[in-house]
Amino acid sequence: MSGGQAATPDGVAPSPGMLPPGAAVRSIRHRRIGLGGWLLPTYTVIAFVFLLVPIVYTFVFSFNDSLKSNISWRGFTFEKWTNVCVVENGAVCTAFTNSLLIGGVSTIAATVLGTMIALALARYKFGARSAISLLIFLPMATPEVVLGAGLASQFLAVGVPKDMLTIILAHTMFCLSFVVVTVKARVASLDPTLEEAGRDLYAPPWQVFWRITFPLLLPGILAAALLSFSLSFDDFIITNFNSGSVNTFPKYIYVAASRGIPAEANVIASAVFIFAIVIVLTAQFSKQSRERRLAKRAG
Amino acid sequence: MAFAVFTPAETHEAPKKSSKLALLLLLPGVLYLGLFFLTPLVSLVLTSLQVPRPDGDVGQYDYAFNWQNYTALFDPDDGYFPHILRSFGYALLATVLALLISYPIAYFIGVKARKWPMLQSLLLVLVIAPFFISFLLRTLAWKQLLSDESFVITGLKAVSLLAPDAHFTGTPFAVVFGITYNFIPFMTLPLYTNLERLDIRMLEAGADLYASPFHVFRKITVPLTMPGIVAGTLLTFIPAAGDYVNASRDFLGGPDTQMIGNVIEANFLVLENYPAAAALSILLMVVILVLVGAYVKRSGTEDLL
Repeated sequence: MSGGQAATPDGVAPSPGMLPPGAAVRSIRHRRIGLGGWLLPTYTVIAFVFLLVPIVYTFVFSFNDSLKSNISWRGFTFEKWTNVCVVENGAVCTAFTNSLLIGGVSTIAATVLGTMIALALARYKFGARSAISLLIFLPMATPEVVLGAGLASQFLAVGVPKDMLTIILAHTMFCLSFVVVTVKARVASLDPTLEEAGRDLYAPPWQVFWRITFPLLLPGILAAALLSFSLSFDDFIITNFNSGSVNTFPKYIYVAASRGIPAEANVIASAVFIFAIVIVLTAQFSKQSRERRLAKRAG
Repeated sequence: MAFAVFTPAETHEAPKKSSKLALLLLLPGVLYLGLFFLTPLVSLVLTSLQVPRPDGDVGQYDYAFNWQNYTALFDPDDGYFPHILRSFGYALLATVLALLISYPIAYFIGVKARKWPMLQSLLLVLVIAPFFISFLLRTLAWKQLLSDESFVITGLKAVSLLAPDAHFTGTPFAVVFGITYNFIPFMTLPLYTNLERLDIRMLEAGADLYASPFHVFRKITVPLTMPGIVAGTLLTFIPAAGDYVNASRDFLGGPDTQMIGNVIEANFLVLENYPAAAALSILLMVVILVLVGAYVKRSGTEDLL
């Protein structure tokens, strides 16, 4: 967060009667800059309602006492939450555990490979730097159909059968670039004097890395891993081209869409949503309270 | 957390000269991308030039130099020119809509909410909240909400806000709506990171010089947030042009809304017409690269790449 709070006294103008001297000019000026006092907040509220409607819908319909497909409301039940793995012999749950496994393995692979590249790019000068930066950028600028079809045509040409492994290879590829970009930003913001201090105290290079650099990079690496897992977990397009008969959670939904999605899929999606939002909120607010504590201590 | 990608921090960069260590750090990842990103593109080009194997089965092809796979895409009778046009048209429309919808949201979070850091964090989490629920289920939720029997549509018709014969699912409107909705977070986040660092004193200086609010916005706010606008539009346009979930018949689309992605999927995974799918993929990628290159050059934000 920037330190701009003190310099931005804009927003709601106080009533004219209680203005300190000189403030009248200021409030007029700010009314002229702003997009209308109440218009923007109202718009933002409406926009957020729009953004969150499908989430609420998915959550509500996880409690629907539906039969095979989950389209019209037939009454409230907890049964879908308590018996998630019963429907279709547990096909939803198999797809879900496949997605967890694929997400886990490709996140670990992409995070290790990506962090190494990020360290090299941020710390060393070499001739092929811009070529490698381009190689990192291109997969993010290529539509997923092209990535998916390309890999599938290569697997076809080489004669590799599509299964869990080909999905993991594909996911590691597209997560890698996102890891590099995230971790690189963190390496670039490290204060080099901390490592210098370590070297001044005669720490060997590996000790400087493990005791200073790595702990400072860890939040960036964890953020990259989280991003990579959520990209992998929700990916459908690339998976669809490289999965053969293996089902992942998004692929299950895509295939089931024509015959009707059971409410159990909503249960899993809602549970994942709640889990993820709790993690992110905790991380966000603990970071903020830590910053406030440090600011207070600094006086 | 997940939006760390969009938050370039201040740099204390002090690159050292190259060393064996740098090479060791780079080699595995670069080899990986070479093997699973670059050679697949080569394989795609080779596939796009294949010919059907003489008296072979469906899905069997030989390597050749068959340019006709590309010209056939533009065949007036059974070519894919309408799909190509539709893909870029829908993607462009959705990108513009997403920008118009997202800019005020990002402005509110990044500028107006600065005084309340807690609110700012909470709103940011809400912006990325859709990422945490399956993309396909979100789109299906809109399908149900926009269907003729949904309480939203019947309600709007009951109060005459909607013509009694209005129909949404399966129309271009629904597809563009779905793409716009799905990419709003991708647009809002880069705009936010730019607006969050916008120096309010610049706007005050403009107002002091008697610029109208509109002029301040046009001449100061927009130019200063150009990197965010470019990043957001690219993060929306590129995946939107290749998307085939929204336009799929089981989701928001219909027979007349099929995009390039749908054709590539059908040709590759159903019809096993790999050369056609590969030729379309290469075409899609080349057009996107040309458009993106021209756009980035025009907006003067080359260093963003």
